[in-house]
Amino acid sequence: MIYTKDLSKAYKGTTVLNIEELSIPKGQSFGLVGNNGAGKTTYFSLLLDLIKPTTGNITSNEVVVDQSEDWKPFTSSFIDESFLIGYLTPEEYFYFIGELRGQNKADVDSLTAQFEDFFNGEIIGKKKYLRDLSKGNQKKAGIVAALIGNPEVIILDEPFANLDPTTQIRLKQIIKDLAKKQGVTVLVSSHDLMHVTDVCERIVVLEKGNVIKDLETNPTTLKELEAHFGSSAIVSQEEE
Amino acid sequence: MIKHFLNLEWKQYFRSSYWQKNLAINILLVFFALYFIAMFLGLGFGLLFILKKTFPDQDPFVIVNGFIFYWIIVDLMMRFFLQKLPVMSVKPLLTLPIKRSTVVNFVLGKSVVSFFNFLPLFAIIPFSIMLIEDGFSTSMVLTWMFTMIILVLIINFLNFIIEAFSAEKELSFLPIISVVGVLFGLNHFGFLPMNTLIGDALMSIANNPILIIIPITILVICYAFNFKLLKSKLFLDSSLKSKVAEVNAADLSWTERFGDVAPFMQLDLKLIWRNKRTKSMAFLLLIGVLYGLFFYPQPMYRDLPFMSAFIGIFSTGFFLINFGQFIPAWDSGYYKLLMSQNIKYEQYLRSKFILMIISVVLLFVLGIPYVYFGYKILIAHFAAAIYNIGVNTHVILWGGSFNRKKIELDKKAAFNYQGTGAVQWLIGIPLMLVPMALFGLVNWLAGFAAAIALLILLGVVGIVFHKKLMKGITKKYLDSKYKMIDAFSQDN
Repeated sequence: MIYTKDLSKAYKGTTVLNIEELSIPKGQSFGLVGNNGAGKTTYFSLLLDLIKPTTGNITSNEVVVDQSEDWKPFTSSFIDESFLIGYLTPEEYFYFIGELRGQNKADVDSLTAQFEDFFNGEIIGKKKYLRDLSKGNQKKAGIVAALIGNPEVIILDEPFANLDPTTQIRLKQIIKDLAKKQGVTVLVSSHDLMHVTDVCERIVVLEKGNVIKDLETNPTTLKELEAHFGSSAIVSQEEE
Repeated sequence: MIKHFLNLEWKQYFRSSYWQKNLAINILLVFFALYFIAMFLGLGFGLLFILKKTFPDQDPFVIVNGFIFYWIIVDLMMRFFLQKLPVMSVKPLLTLPIKRSTVVNFVLGKSVVSFFNFLPLFAIIPFSIMLIEDGFSTSMVLTWMFTMIILVLIINFLNFIIEAFSAEKELSFLPIISVVGVLFGLNHFGFLPMNTLIGDALMSIANNPILIIIPITILVICYAFNFKLLKSKLFLDSSLKSKVAEVNAADLSWTERFGDVAPFMQLDLKLIWRNKRTKSMAFLLLIGVLYGLFFYPQPMYRDLPFMSAFIGIFSTGFFLINFGQFIPAWDSGYYKLLMSQNIKYEQYLRSKFILMIISVVLLFVLGIPYVYFGYKILIAHFAAAIYNIGVNTHVILWGGSFNRKKIELDKKAAFNYQGTGAVQWLIGIPLMLVPMALFGLVNWLAGFAAAIALLILLGVVGIVFHKKLMKGITKKYLDSKYKMIDAFSQDN
């Protein structure tokens, strides 16, 4: 359903992402791991048409994302805090996103009600603006907002960062539940190997913009990933 | 240590992104600065002659000292609005082994090297030279000159104290208005003749150089107070501890009648009402309404018909210009969200369009009382309002597609140039000058009625072609989408 072909992105001649071919079938929960600067956020930004690809393109559900806007109705995302509108309360923000996605207030309320645990009583009904919430709570609001309106593709960049352990575990459950739902493709990036292997069926390792590993998750995946990243740490030590 | 700080300042200034694009503003500011320097130099050299001519039987030195009080008040006001404490981005320095007092001293020291402190020198020094030339005692004039320089510095630091107190308040103008108001009131109603008091004080210092100790002491106290204030603020927690604002939710269901644009209109209204900078902009509406009062009471302007066209465009379009010129930068903080959400650009823009139209109609209605100054004014305002709705709204939306500057919404409002670029200066030409010129020309060639008809006609044409124009504008925005996203995600 998401098909990437010959995609590359270069800034002033430096290639930061270069993917020959990558296809993510509908309904897969897909994890992207890699060190800083590996190109995870760049890939997601290209997927959301926030930056222009240097070559190639991404096709999502038959829609070429940098040529048509028709991918927007079925795609939702939370990349960073710049996806939040600081002067709204979380509720208002949810309703706003809901209206853009054709959901009325009741729909939004019933959806957010499912996340009472996840919010831990710190989001709804607090009469606070999003800009006044802590980083972790902002993230929670942003992630839940990305689930409004039954999207088919959900993109979450580093969803586990900045969250407390309890919330991380709850978030993992949410993502697993989403993946169980038929036809929802979840794309997650993370530094945390354990979390991704827990929630994703497939894990792709990016390094300096290139795909260097593409794994189906099985009980040994975590070991394999740890070995991979561990060995590159040893190699770089030896190089020094 | 100071060397490092200076180095940091230098880099901060020249490495800030968009420094190059700010060139237009920089040039303009330099131009203003030169203009003021020239004015002050002229004042410094010419004042003595003027005073001697106008008041031949009074001592010019005494007269000048009598006016110093008013100068202090005006200077305080000017500084409050224009001068900011040059706080370095000190946060990263806090964990480094640098004494807090060093950082504070540098910040305060840097404030002394401000244009506001140099500008008065251009008047004070030439005036002193002229006084000496004229035969006043050199030692007296020199003492006076140094006292004045100290006075300038006192005002400098006094301003920061006032600002520190007003920063916390919702009505940030209140402290300065009350300080200045009380001083002026005391003087004006004769309770405490501040102007003669300060005049006498300056005279006695000039005559007894030893008394210069007093202003120096005041200066030291002001500095110490600033030092204390700033040092107490120099902790991470005081900047981390954010004030949590009470949510003020108003019922915006009336926007529902605008259909699919409603969510954006509600967002825009909340944007305006809940952020400092936009909120004070909304208060500027009042200025828009009252703008005509600066001109119409004087018969000189009433007889110039193109003036009423200008005032009409300006006063009915006041909100349009102030709000419109920063579309879409108002939403720069979450532009990525809007661009990845399920929205149509056209709806987003139409919401702003409707908001601007409402403001024009409102301002026109509020301006109807100007009919008191003649029915022609009302007609001109009406024509101007139509022109604003039909032409200027589209022009300003189109101009917005060139905006590449981010706006942080919770920054202070008055004289905040964030988000201002060449676009904002250039857009004024089609917005204000073109209608004025057209109106003036036709009025001169074919009379008032024809000129009015022309403005209305242009406005109506714009309204008729609204759909088409919006399509073109939307396309323009889409074309610059990546550039805008990129620019808005950079800190300037």
